Amino acid sequence: MFEGYTGYIVAGATTTLEIALSSLAVATVLGLMGAACRLAPNLLLSRVAETYSTLVRGVPDLVLMLLVFYGGQIAANALLEALGLPAMDFNQFMAGVLTLGFIYGAYLSETFRGAIMAVPKGQWEAGWAYGMGRSRVFLRIILPQMIRFAIPGYTNNWLVLTKATALVSVIGLQDMMFRAREAGAATREPFTYLLVVGAVYLAITSVSLLLLKWAEKRYSAGVRMGEI
Amino acid sequence: MLDFAMLIEPDNLKLYADGLLTTLKLLLVSLACGLAVSVPLSVLRVAKSPLLYGPVWLYTYVIRGTPMLLQLYLIYYGLSQFAVVRDSLAWPLLSDASFCAMLALAINTCAYTTEMLAGAIRATSHGEVEAAKSVGMSRATLYRRILLPSALRRSLPAYSNEVVMMLHATSLASTVTLLDITGAADRLYSTYYMPFEPFLAAALVYLLLTWGLVRVFRQLEGRYLAYLAPRSH
Repeated sequence: MFEGYTGYIVAGATTTLEIALSSLAVATVLGLMGAACRLAPNLLLSRVAETYSTLVRGVPDLVLMLLVFYGGQIAANALLEALGLPAMDFNQFMAGVLTLGFIYGAYLSETFRGAIMAVPKGQWEAGWAYGMGRSRVFLRIILPQMIRFAIPGYTNNWLVLTKATALVSVIGLQDMMFRAREAGAATREPFTYLLVVGAVYLAITSVSLLLLKWAEKRYSAGVRMGEI
Repeated sequence: MLDFAMLIEPDNLKLYADGLLTTLKLLLVSLACGLAVSVPLSVLRVAKSPLLYGPVWLYTYVIRGTPMLLQLYLIYYGLSQFAVVRDSLAWPLLSDASFCAMLALAINTCAYTTEMLAGAIRATSHGEVEAAKSVGMSRATLYRRILLPSALRRSLPAYSNEVVMMLHATSLASTVTLLDITGAADRLYSTYYMPFEPFLAAALVYLLLTWGLVRVFRQLEGRYLAYLAPRSH
């Protein structure tokens, strides 16, 4: 149907999913670290985390992406040179994933901060009463309970992140958006290919929303809802 | 290491100033059109008949489920595929990058604003609707006097988020050759081959615009949502 471009687009869809999932992993780690720092008693840590989230959320994704993508390599190599190490060649995929992860880590840190604060204070105190340390209480008691509060915001960020992966096509990564443009230009049918890719994005969104419903149910086991 | 001297050359400053104007024009025109269309659509969205809410649901679902960049490309690059479009009277407009960017931005913000307003209309307290009905208001009057004014006010905080998102979305216009703030920075980058200075300057402008918008909306909230604020003593 698509003049032999089917495999080409499918490979792009795989790249898109790979970028999205890898960036989500990076963003989740950065988000958790950001949230933990924001809530830490150390003033310096919480200020740094606050600055990170405020600055990143105030600038368009595309500008950050161009900044990190074009500038990141130069900066990293300048740093390596200063340390007396040889220069490195960064692969595009890594650069894209790290940039997206860095941006969405800021958004996720806000989601996680809210979710951690939503867990009743008594849970911390109960953990301490059993003689657990701060990190153990966090990992064993708070983390599993905060998931329920974080799920809606987390899914939202995932949906926005998936759509934001389309931006990596601007900096030359061969995701499905990039390939749709190429195939469209070659066959003079840009609309057709863009439409197909749009349908794939929509499918990813729809499946994610179904998973959200399932996860919400799973992590709300044993929670009593107010009856309306 | 960083050298900002080239940014304050008159030509380059003018590039940024023009870019700022382009960004603001894109933002204001698309927000105004999007908001104007989203009000009637949100009323349809909360209607009981699937014939009325169905098409609006589909529109918001598709737009909110696909990247804005894709929508922009579909309009700017995609439409030229069809001879009908190329021969039509609208072609001078549809081949203009500025018009396409505004159209894509307006279609996008309209979908998000419609859902936001529909949510606010649904959240109107039961008593207000009942009171309006009890004094004999017709449906049209109910919407015009009670539901819409209240829903628009209560949507202000969510709308301020939407406006900031749209400000950031205008940067995509640079991908279809427009010289907005991002486009200006990109041009300087390719002229001087210096990535940091131009994009950092652009980031700073967006940051200031974002903070400005947040402040304006805080003022508006203080004015229009005063009745929802906690009682002060």
